Amino acid sequence: MQRVAKAGGDQALRRHSEAIAFLVMASLLVLAPMFAYPVFLMKALCFALCACAFNLLIGYVGLLSFGHALFFGWASYISAHAAKVWGLPPELAILSGAAAAAGLGAIVGALAIRRQGIYFAMITLALAQMMYFFAVQAPFTHGEDGIQAVPRGKLFGLIDLADQTNMYVTVLVIFLGCFLLIYRIINSPFGEVLKAIRENEPRAISLGYRSERYKLVAFVLSATFAGVAGATKALVFQLASLTDVDWPMSGEVILMTLVGGLGTLFGPVAGAFFVVTLENYLTTIGQWVFVVQGVIFVVCVLLFRRGIIGELAQVLRVKL
Amino acid sequence: MFELFGISSQALFGQLLIGLINGSFYALLSLGLAVIFGMLNIINFAHGAQYMLGAFAAYFLLQYAGLGYWWAILLAPIVVGITGIIIERLFLQWLYKLDHLYGLLLTFGLALIFEGTFRNFFGSSGLPYSVPPALQGGQNLGFMFLPNYRGWVVVFSLAVCLTTWFVIERTKLGSYLRAATENPALVRAFGINVPRMITLTYGFGVALAALAGVMAAPIYNVSPQMGANLIIVVFAVVVIGGMGSIMGAIVTGFGLGLIEGLTKVFFPEASNTVIFIIMAIVLLIRPAGLFGRSA
Amino acid sequence: MKRMFTLTAVAVVLGCGYAQAQYTDGTIKIGVMNDMSGTYSDLSGQGSVIAARMAVEDFGAAAKGMKVEIVGADHQNKPDVGSNVVRTWIDVDKVDVIVDVPTSSVALAVNEIVRDKNKVFLVSGAAASDLTGPKCTPNTIHWTYDTWALANGTGKAIVKTGGDTWFFLTADYAFGHALERDTAAVVEKNGGKVVGRVRHPFPGTDFSSFLLQAQASKAKIIGLANAGSDTINSIKQASEFGITQSGQNLAALLAFITDVHALGLQTAQGLIMTEAWYWDLNDANREFTKKFAPQFKGVHPTMVHAGVYSAVTHYLKAVEALKSDADGKAVVAKMKEMPTDDKLFGKGEVRADGRKIHPMYLFEVKKPAESKAPWDYYKLRATIPADEAFRPLADGGCPLVKS
Repeated sequence: MQRVAKAGGDQALRRHSEAIAFLVMASLLVLAPMFAYPVFLMKALCFALCACAFNLLIGYVGLLSFGHALFFGWASYISAHAAKVWGLPPELAILSGAAAAAGLGAIVGALAIRRQGIYFAMITLALAQMMYFFAVQAPFTHGEDGIQAVPRGKLFGLIDLADQTNMYVTVLVIFLGCFLLIYRIINSPFGEVLKAIRENEPRAISLGYRSERYKLVAFVLSATFAGVAGATKALVFQLASLTDVDWPMSGEVILMTLVGGLGTLFGPVAGAFFVVTLENYLTTIGQWVFVVQGVIFVVCVLLFRRGIIGELAQVLRVKL
Repeated sequence: MFELFGISSQALFGQLLIGLINGSFYALLSLGLAVIFGMLNIINFAHGAQYMLGAFAAYFLLQYAGLGYWWAILLAPIVVGITGIIIERLFLQWLYKLDHLYGLLLTFGLALIFEGTFRNFFGSSGLPYSVPPALQGGQNLGFMFLPNYRGWVVVFSLAVCLTTWFVIERTKLGSYLRAATENPALVRAFGINVPRMITLTYGFGVALAALAGVMAAPIYNVSPQMGANLIIVVFAVVVIGGMGSIMGAIVTGFGLGLIEGLTKVFFPEASNTVIFIIMAIVLLIRPAGLFGRSA
Repeated sequence: MKRMFTLTAVAVVLGCGYAQAQYTDGTIKIGVMNDMSGTYSDLSGQGSVIAARMAVEDFGAAAKGMKVEIVGADHQNKPDVGSNVVRTWIDVDKVDVIVDVPTSSVALAVNEIVRDKNKVFLVSGAAASDLTGPKCTPNTIHWTYDTWALANGTGKAIVKTGGDTWFFLTADYAFGHALERDTAAVVEKNGGKVVGRVRHPFPGTDFSSFLLQAQASKAKIIGLANAGSDTINSIKQASEFGITQSGQNLAALLAFITDVHALGLQTAQGLIMTEAWYWDLNDANREFTKKFAPQFKGVHPTMVHAGVYSAVTHYLKAVEALKSDADGKAVVAKMKEMPTDDKLFGKGEVRADGRKIHPMYLFEVKKPAESKAPWDYYKLRATIPADEAFRPLADGGCPLVKS
């Protein structure tokens, strides 16, 4: 009797593991500003969102995009431009950035989806680099100087985002909201079809699913969330610069997801915080930070493919 | 001196020549990538870093061993090729059974390690490497002034590219390589040591990158960053040319260099992006690339 | 990756004990931020940290009971990296004053942040004249030099000696654009003509295609609106392509003694440039160099290093007089009120728009035969008096200047 009850209790815990993890994550994030520098936390949150967006593609559709900097960076530019030059309030600036990312996602996706696997990755990389050079030339981005002194503005005309706490709460709400949306997408009929396509595309097609369409929609969604991350980041740092559209940024997003755990829900978040914290503490050792990132890549690929959350999930035998 | 569409011949030929020189590097590098991809099905993201290692090897040979350019052309590819073999044995061989994407990620990590280490010791601005005395100076060709060294670069890369193509497509060794790519198990059954061939092929591809690095040293200065941005253009070249095709890589490399040069004359703002635009167009019309086999 | 900054904490804690003065955190913290590993690392880099340290020592902070700490960081010539460093420095590390910052795009970004947070920004390395123009703030002082002073010195001198058609090779960021704009204005004002221009990515490596365009333009003067290793490479490659041999002249609009050193006198001889300071001009400078060079692997101080020394000295004087470093605006106002006087730049002043005023010098690079020792590179062609060297106060468009 007792054993069955215990098993039942365990089962319930397992089933709700994701909900519990979400509550833990949310509470940690709410309390964090008391212990850590808020700007650092906001940076980690923006990257975490971008990594979640990337993970949507690789973890659940099986497509490795090496060009997420395109969406992240261009959304950041559009959002900065909207806030500074067009004078839009922050919520509209972020929406414009996200919309731009969605549009770019549709175009890039349409071109890249035609190929699979490695070809897909290389095409996204090349197209992202093309847009990088575009950003260097376009007058409104101001090239090397970037869009500086971006006003944070008043959210909904009421909440002054220049106040650090207000900004943090806003960023946190955006992050948690998008995170829940991504969860909803993954655990929906649409999400199930995506997973089917990842497992065995010919079979999915034979079942009547237009796999190209599903992949494109997933790509656009991923681009949009990355765009939200970039647009928010522009307001946090009040700066949009070439670094955000450059390909090492794409590499960094991949690193975060890889370290955290490809295909897990919380992996990208853990990975983002891990990498941003690591970079913060490694600043004293100069350019070695690239070397450390490279070593982490190599180690993860060879030995640690499941990532932090993946290993944790394996040990606890839950779904994370 | 004649004028073409308002551009003087001097400007036109000068830019075309520079385009051809850039094209030589595109061709050499995409050749190495195509060879490696053909055999290992791995995208060697470390290719740009290995190009950089070749240039640094030339620099070190000069600084510390007093060995000049001509020694470097011989020794640097060998040295860097050996590091390539070590990489293949240490890391890459475990990944053949996995999804190809892991190979990309691993070589990406390796590239970061190489570039980060060198950046730490040498900063990010370039180290000087002078043109070898035998190739200094230039010829006044009437319509432009051609520095001897740059002329040499074009000629030598063409020679290397064509020799490689010949070896792979027209010799027995090459046919073993091509067979091993298509059906390793069968070729092994014939008694050919396929893993060793794979290792050596990777080393050869890396050596090609290093050779390009040595040739680049006098022109582009030796800097830890030199491969990083070049590699993406080379990826685009390989996608356009067709991933497994040797001749495709060579032709596309030189061709795109020329197109880039032309663009610099008539439409300079687009010169950085023209290669990617062409890639996008090729993908729409011929997804397998111009010379590629449909994969 | 490239977002991250290198914090080489060179914490030099001089002196101990707390004076009655109210310094934030009990310490005056000086942040020296510049390019420590790239294009501009020799003309600024670790040398600026050394210069700041020497200024603090010579000021005698320890004896006066002032606790001064110096930290250094690498902004990698990127505005986002620089912004992050400065923000963290001010918010978390309680840094009071930011010094140096070459690379105008970074300087402009830092300019905004320092104003928002009411600290002090003393620019020695960057050149964009906008820092005392439309972008001026009550928290920033532009030391050493700017694009207008360079254009006025080099540009005018060259046009007056017959170089009246110009083609610009410009680094594609704030500094390059500003330098090109200011020089073009001077060229046209003195009767010359700008026949064309081309922008190169920053930092660049291969200038061959741009130089060919310059050659095709047939302009008498190819104006190099770039700096550091970009200038060095442009000059070297121009020589490689036979451009200098076939009659066109190069004008290095911003060049430092470290560039001449890298090029060698054989290539650099005859170059004309404008600088604010030269190590061999007088005894005080030579004495400073004797102490500086061994600490910076033999590299002789550039005007940027001298500017850092001068700026830090004047800052400490102002903070001592105010007995506080908390209010950036107040400190800068004090610095503008007090005339400057230090052993490197002598007597000078800081104007209402934040521009530090001192004479500028026109130099020509010696021929190899004329140089008696390494770093003996310049001969003085002209001294531009302080009141003529910089853009007139009224012309800048600085909102702080009451018109």
